[in-house]
Amino acid sequence: MNAQGNILFCGVGGQGILLASELTAHALLAKGFDAKKSEVHGMAQRGGSVEAHLRYGKKVYSPLIELGRADILVAFEMLEAARYLPYLHKDSVVVVNTQKLPPPSVALGKAAYPDTVLDELGSRGLAVKAVDAFAAAQELGELKTVNVVMVGALSAFLGLEEALFLEVIDRTVKAAFREVNKKAFHAGRVAVAQ
Amino acid sequence: MATTEEKLWLSGNESIARGAWEAGVRVGSGYPGTPSTEIMEHLSAYPEVYTEWAPNEKVGLEVAIGASFAGARAIATMKHVGVNVAADPLFTAAYTGVKGGLVVITADDPEMHSSQNEQDNRHYALAAKMPMLEPSDPAEARAMMHTAYRISEEMDAPVLFRITARLAHVKGVVIPGTRQEGPAPALNKNPVKQVMLPARARMRRKAIADKWPRLLELAETLPENRIEPGTGKRGFICAGVSYNYVREVFPDAPVLKLGMVWPLPEKKIRAFAATVEELVVVEELDPFLETQIKALGIACHGKDCIPAIGELNASLVRKALVPESVGELFPALDLPPRPPNLCAGCPHRGIFFALSRMKDVFVSGDIGCYTLAAIPPLAAMDSCVCMGASVTVAHGMGKALGEAGKGKLVSVLGDSTFMHSGITGLLNAVYNGASHTVIILDNRITAMTGHQNNPASGQNIRGQAAPALNLEKLCEAVGVQRVVVVNPHDVEATRKALKAELEAEGLSVIISRAPCVLLPEERRRKKPIYYTKTENCAGCSLCVQMGCPAISWTPLAPEEAKARGYKEKQQGFAAISEVQCNGCGQCASVCKFEAITRREEQA
Repeated sequence: MNAQGNILFCGVGGQGILLASELTAHALLAKGFDAKKSEVHGMAQRGGSVEAHLRYGKKVYSPLIELGRADILVAFEMLEAARYLPYLHKDSVVVVNTQKLPPPSVALGKAAYPDTVLDELGSRGLAVKAVDAFAAAQELGELKTVNVVMVGALSAFLGLEEALFLEVIDRTVKAAFREVNKKAFHAGRVAVAQ
Repeated sequence: MATTEEKLWLSGNESIARGAWEAGVRVGSGYPGTPSTEIMEHLSAYPEVYTEWAPNEKVGLEVAIGASFAGARAIATMKHVGVNVAADPLFTAAYTGVKGGLVVITADDPEMHSSQNEQDNRHYALAAKMPMLEPSDPAEARAMMHTAYRISEEMDAPVLFRITARLAHVKGVVIPGTRQEGPAPALNKNPVKQVMLPARARMRRKAIADKWPRLLELAETLPENRIEPGTGKRGFICAGVSYNYVREVFPDAPVLKLGMVWPLPEKKIRAFAATVEELVVVEELDPFLETQIKALGIACHGKDCIPAIGELNASLVRKALVPESVGELFPALDLPPRPPNLCAGCPHRGIFFALSRMKDVFVSGDIGCYTLAAIPPLAAMDSCVCMGASVTVAHGMGKALGEAGKGKLVSVLGDSTFMHSGITGLLNAVYNGASHTVIILDNRITAMTGHQNNPASGQNIRGQAAPALNLEKLCEAVGVQRVVVVNPHDVEATRKALKAELEAEGLSVIISRAPCVLLPEERRRKKPIYYTKTENCAGCSLCVQMGCPAISWTPLAPEEAKARGYKEKQQGFAAISEVQCNGCGQCASVCKFEAITRREEQA
């Protein structure tokens, strides 16, 4: 795996982005990296566009990823994947949940949802890995695991072993939800391997 | 101080709480405000520390001053604008000095992620004549809390501890220490130092001047003000989070990192400046350091290249100082924005929907989740200045407008904001014969900052039972003659009550009472789920105008409308996302076509 890296999580407030970035951070720390993570709290969380920056390496100073320097973009919503394009470079991997949540202007019928998002990203030479995390979570019977499905998908591009994440889930998730979250993680990991 | 082998993964705010606990803090008081809130929340988890939510920052700081007078180490936490509220005790606390160490956290919000202004609170240290520390990351924040309490007691001065959102809500690896018990509190009288009669205050003003040379000397020797040698012709002076961005872009450059940003180490700055060919001050927001350094007669770059507005980051530092290293970026796509919104099922929506239909009514708003009602489609707020200003601004408008303002002025504020600084405004309005309608949105919690209990919640910071303020009785006691309570989910009854109170003579208070839908007990409660019978939808779009994130509109061309069995001129139909619906039923109550129906069995 790379000696350092920048992972950008994005989506819509309420999708569990903070927990997803937290699980990933714990796995990186367990691997022995230094890390810093930046979150957004407060008003911006109320259904708005939300992002979390996670950086790892031998020693990390800035908690924010620079434009053009995100190695992996984990997008929990399709349109949001496109919003963070300026953070990507030509070798970035985009792991994207194909779920669509209409922003207000679309919900009001004043704008159209940009359905061509994935093609737009692909046409720029980016490696786009689409995951139907919502369907996967639905299949597991726990809609709240969408975020862990996404962590599973991300993990495949991070070069970290699955066991490391499962151990983090054991350590940080309440007993009642551990098994379903492990299944969700595995479902995500398998989904991008196909 | 002792440290352990353990490594923790903590946010800046958790780390400050940890540092305060380690430093032997016994009393903490604060008012929630992004990005400061989590400090007091985390501190409340330590059994050795008494913590509380105060109704506002002035109260919180005064409580901390009291604890300090009793010899305990104390902390007051607040966001940057909270310091404005607490500025009265703050400035005089510099005169009284401390007994137990006193640290005041100011959590600034560059970029205004969750604030109404972007003030740079380093100016408070200069204006209030007190030392200020500023950490760069969570690990340093913990360690610096120990330094802050040591300085406070050694210098007999409150210490301002400035953080920004990018410290508060950043997580990093922290090596914790162990708790040091400070001196035991004791009841000691020291009126000469603590009663600020003019004659004594004049003495205390001089006491600050007398201790200032010692503070300047401390700034020169403090390890937190350190020169990091390096290579290259450019040298940097920076503090706080800006240090991270400088190190990111210039890993090998010489840097003077200031951990204490007031007063400044003049000799150290001169010595550092003499070793570099070009001096660049990299700081977020105002040219605070730059102005002081230039006043020393030292040439430097600063705001001539680094932005003075908004949050700084490594990209901006790179663009400003080494643009050739930026590289080619993918241009941003033109996409529909996604601003924050009132949640699905939010009780506030009912009242703002009613207000949005009253186009000639001016809505004087306030600070909270409900400020989001200013965003279309509700667009039902016409002003919002600061905490509590809803009541006073409407009163002032009423006095200016006279008869022309009758029945056209409404103030809206949340329960927590009302207790923070709305009560005095209401008292003023009653006393001075106001004639408008005040709406208190009572959801029993301070919601915006993430559900902190308040004096009306019936619980204290630790979730233990506490007296709950009776808002109706308080309003009556202040002298309000008309106090009515409505359930905002009942949209029609709410509209009628609003109309009646606007038409009534004199001042009215409407208490709009329903719990926040995000409260854990509300999330657990079995709720009906509403769904759309799209075949019944007549396309009136009334429900869509409520701006609920669970409702969306599908536009239809005439032939599409016809194909779906609608009238040809129907422009579209509404649909509810059952996954997002929180079952408030507000949309169903405005639908005249029986297109929205409830289903009971959902959990």
